[in-house]
Amino acid sequence: MGLSTKAVKKSPWVFHVNTGACNNCDIEIVDLLTPRFDVERFGIKLVGSPRHADALLVTGGVTAQAAPRLREVYRQTPKPCVVFAIGACACGKGIFTTGYHMVGPVDKIIREIDPDAIIAYVPGCPPKPEAIISGVVKALAAI
Amino acid sequence: MNNEMQVLFWILVFPGFVFTAVLGLLAAWIVRKVSALVQYRVGPPFLQPFWDVRKLLSKEVLIPQEANKWVFIGAPLVGLAGVLLLSTLLGVAAFWPQKTFVGDVIVAIYLMVLPSLALILGSSASASPHAAVGTAREMKLVMGYELPLVLAFIVVIIKSGGALGLAAIAETTPVASISGAVAFLVSLLCIHAKIGYVPFDMAEAETELGSGVLMEYSGGLLALWNLTSAMMLVALPMFLVVVYLGGFGTTPAGITIGLLKYVGVLVLIILIKNTNPRVRIDQAMRFFWIGCGLVLVTAIALATIGNIYDIGWL
Ligand code: SF4
Repeated sequence: MGLSTKAVKKSPWVFHVNTGACNNCDIEIVDLLTPRFDVERFGIKLVGSPRHADALLVTGGVTAQAAPRLREVYRQTPKPCVVFAIGACACGKGIFTTGYHMVGPVDKIIREIDPDAIIAYVPGCPPKPEAIISGVVKALAAI
Repeated sequence: MNNEMQVLFWILVFPGFVFTAVLGLLAAWIVRKVSALVQYRVGPPFLQPFWDVRKLLSKEVLIPQEANKWVFIGAPLVGLAGVLLLSTLLGVAAFWPQKTFVGDVIVAIYLMVLPSLALILGSSASASPHAAVGTAREMKLVMGYELPLVLAFIVVIIKSGGALGLAAIAETTPVASISGAVAFLVSLLCIHAKIGYVPFDMAEAETELGSGVLMEYSGGLLALWNLTSAMMLVALPMFLVVVYLGGFGTTPAGITIGLLKYVGVLVLIILIKNTNPRVRIDQAMRFFWIGCGLVLVTAIALATIGNIYDIGWL
């Protein structure tokens, strides 16, 4: 394992993208920053700009409006980066499968512009904070 | 060691780049750790800021299409150069007092503005609307705190009997008088705004502007900004120690006491950071110009009276 990879594992900065989630998954993500879970222990930091991010936490099944924005945010993220599809919606459109306005799921939209993107899935509706942490840990171990 | 070699050693190793960068990143860790403890969290592991910088160096550098490329790339270098020279100047004044030159304190005050100016330059070159709002705020903030910083400095010059050299000023302790203590407190707040911590972080304002001025920076360039702000955490409190608190001294005991003073200033900064909400830019301007300005005019008057009638504690 090179020093660069180790550095990414030691300080993954995440950017949160909501592409039409019901807000429940977003609340679970914010939970991660609270004293109870405190992901800063692992060097994880929530940043305000995709240009600073190493990982995108995408929630929601990607509405027609959000799809171009999601592509743009992915393009703006410096590579190497990991995309996390958080929640049943992001993984496979969840309860909105038959929605007329849903063009997702997340992996389909991302793969349209980058077939080699690294995508990790954290299912659940919403996933528990523990599940999200475990997903991040597994994804980092796989790099 | 001949003269050029020594200057190069000063700038690159001690008290310049290597020393300030390492100490600065450690200070950045202390700031994050203590903030976490204040919030009942565990906080980041030791060495976290080092990993952050290392990681950013290995990431892709994206330059916005509309940005003015060379200004965008050059600005972080200018900022880093400014803080590097500042810390070298202060370090030399603290540890080799006989090597300083007259008027270096004015150079120090100019160098202190350089990182903020570079930040304004870089973010306005990035052509991002969020960064533009951040730039406007940073510009107003610079205008806000520069005035009280210089006014507070007048108190120091009066107290030290018209000395214009860092080494000469370091031999006096202005903080041991009423006007000096007031000037120290105001300068502490100005320095706080210079570092860009809450309550004066409206230019970065994570929650409303993304990251404001730093929004478009990524990879290595962001690492340079990170390094610059970490080094500011060394240089600016050191400036306060040299100017207000009696400097470092050259004996081992003096250096230890000097370091304790530095840590004390750092702790004050962390406490202010963690116990205040972000203020609006107009509130900050009013605070610096009217609030601090009036207080400092009083302090200057007190210092002058003390000087004329030879009353040390005024
Ligand atoms: S997965 Fe469930 S909780 Fe998450 S956004 Fe979809 S519906 Fe909401």
